[in-house]
Amino acid sequence: MPQVAPQSAPVYDVVIIGSGAGGGTVTQILTSMGISVALLEAGPMLDPIHDFKEHMWPWQVEHRGLGPGCQSYFGKPYPFGYFTATFGGWELEHEPYTVAEGSHFMWFRSRILGGRTNHYGRFSFRFADYDFKPYSRDGLGTDWPISCDELAPYYSRAEAFIGVTGTEEHLRGNPDGVFLPPPPPRVHEALVQRACRKLNIPCIPNRMAVLTRPLNGRPACHYCGQCGRGCIGASNYSSSQVQILPALATGRLKLFTGAMARELLTDDSGRVSAVSYIDKATREERQIRCRTVVLAASACESARLLLNSKSPRFSNGLANGSGMVGRNLMDSVGFGMGAHIPALDGMPKYNSDGMGGMHVFMPWWLADRKDLGFPRGYHIEIGGGYGMPLAGRFTEIEGYGLPLKKEIRDNYGTWVHFAGRGEMIPNAASFCEIDPDVVDRWGIPVLRFHFQWSDAELKQAAHMRETFASIFDTMGGEYEKPPDKTEISTGGEIIHEVGTVRMGDNAKTSVLNRYCQAHEVKNLFVADGGPFVSNPDKNPTLTICALAWRTAEYLAEEMRKGNV
Amino acid sequence: MSDVSRRDVLRTAAIAAAAGPLALTAPAQAVPKALTQHEFQTLHVLSGLILPADKDSPGAMEVGAAAWIDLMASQNAELLAIFTGGLAWLDEAMRHRGHTDFLTAPAAAQTALLDLIAFRRNESPESGPGIRFFSWARRLVLDAWVTSPAGTRSLGYLGNTGVAEFVVPAASLNWAIEHSPA
Repeated sequence: MPQVAPQSAPVYDVVIIGSGAGGGTVTQILTSMGISVALLEAGPMLDPIHDFKEHMWPWQVEHRGLGPGCQSYFGKPYPFGYFTATFGGWELEHEPYTVAEGSHFMWFRSRILGGRTNHYGRFSFRFADYDFKPYSRDGLGTDWPISCDELAPYYSRAEAFIGVTGTEEHLRGNPDGVFLPPPPPRVHEALVQRACRKLNIPCIPNRMAVLTRPLNGRPACHYCGQCGRGCIGASNYSSSQVQILPALATGRLKLFTGAMARELLTDDSGRVSAVSYIDKATREERQIRCRTVVLAASACESARLLLNSKSPRFSNGLANGSGMVGRNLMDSVGFGMGAHIPALDGMPKYNSDGMGGMHVFMPWWLADRKDLGFPRGYHIEIGGGYGMPLAGRFTEIEGYGLPLKKEIRDNYGTWVHFAGRGEMIPNAASFCEIDPDVVDRWGIPVLRFHFQWSDAELKQAAHMRETFASIFDTMGGEYEKPPDKTEISTGGEIIHEVGTVRMGDNAKTSVLNRYCQAHEVKNLFVADGGPFVSNPDKNPTLTICALAWRTAEYLAEEMRKGNV
Repeated sequence: MSDVSRRDVLRTAAIAAAAGPLALTAPAQAVPKALTQHEFQTLHVLSGLILPADKDSPGAMEVGAAAWIDLMASQNAELLAIFTGGLAWLDEAMRHRGHTDFLTAPAAAQTALLDLIAFRRNESPESGPGIRFFSWARRLVLDAWVTSPAGTRSLGYLGNTGVAEFVVPAASLNWAIEHSPA
């Protein structure tokens, strides 16, 4: 363990590690309250005008989006395509992770200011009251230490600040929020809505972190459909543009980019006194002294940091007396299916770009059913429309000549895709730990993943397949009969990994208390997906923002009282 | 907050929309970067057979598909080998059929060979290499075409622009509803 930085070095009130949804929200709240903050980001600074490929046509880049020498076809694809603002992926050069024998897991990381919020889907669904009490409801998993009502005010503040579309629906499973008006459904989405009405499946306007009206100085959406490429005008939410760049303007934020956190250093009293990090530019170890620290490096990266912060007092890793750091790793269940919709053949074409995601979706509608054979629910996302023609789009079509040309014209825009996103129940076989044999390019021990779906998730995915087929049938869709074998996404593929630093009232079974403060280290907080106790089908980012908002206010109050 | 105004965004979109295609050298005169002149001419003709021009839009030859594939092959030895091997296979197949090579074979012989290798159902020990090469050729010719300004126009894509409100035309919606199951 390195020596702690000299006493003469500046001490920051708060050091935040990671600049995604959680770190961005904590940065925003604390700097707005007059607290000075140091923010460590492992990637570079973001310059939206130069870094985002918004409005770029494929022909404006030599390789048309496939990468030099068409690398996308030779084992080196760009995650979500060349034009997206991913700045990372499931594989990062020289930043390995390992997967235990018998497991499959993929770990997505974005190294840039704002992290994955620069490209994410921006679907923003509140958790339901029962999502916080899963064990009480069906005896599986663990209850959260907080209730829906306790988080509701923070959901409201987060929605009002970042901007979320939606409509009042009075659904118990998807509570209403503070909404901007949604855009109308696209044609194929209107067809899905019609089919769902016949099947008694709700299909409601999407709740998406996109501004359909100007908000807080940000312009309204111009409906180019390219949210995933990053929005230069910040008409959608990214922590980089909406929270951190404005925080920099307050003068209370000191930003360290290219700073790969290595270890948290503790003093004799067991409090975190400094953060050790590698300055990537020089590969030198440096330290920042702190009064408090907030981990927001992503669920798994925060767990890694704690497990790598070993000392005589914390021999099992920092704040890990419970042994729960790295445990309870969850992702969302994913299953997808597409169909050709003959009703769209020959339809007069229109500009269907819209928001960068579906305009309507199907929330879980069977929460009261006990006879499904699996315990938890999923929602359905919709793809389709006349997207920008991109390379790799028509690889399945056969033949040649004018018939081929006609077929790709006919095929274009006449397909609809469904993607299910379902709740996974935490299980003992899904966790991450430090691999004793492998380090990254900076010498930091890496994570080894263990991951298994249980019968609950496999049956849920099978239910998605049957549901999608019945909706397509109702629409007159043509699709390949789903295979009999159960298909399900690979763990980590949906990029909703949470749970590895979970909160709870019992210090023996949880790492953090009800304010996301470590039970064992009072000046240590976590503000990413790590604190999640369960992983409902609702995409995690909005809840990360709301929880982080609440944690930041608690931290500030505890600092004011002199408790941390 | 962001200092980029909505007007700036719309202007950026308009500029992007108006940006012309990258200048493509007229393919027939181009000096290939990776392929031989014979290979290049063969690929050029093959691309036109895969996606010909019609009254509505240009074909793969007109958008310079062969020049783009040659450029990509110049950056990737594996891709280059797929194309040099596949184009040589085409010539060899034509010699077996009594012609000099693919380029100079009669049009009927060219299309007869494509009728064999353009469909996976024709897989056999003799046709296998041709079928696998042709799926690569078709894939990249299609990519070159759909990502060209002419191909994008031909497909009817109307987006990548800024609009104040998202509107669905009633004519499109009504069409889809009328053609849907009751």
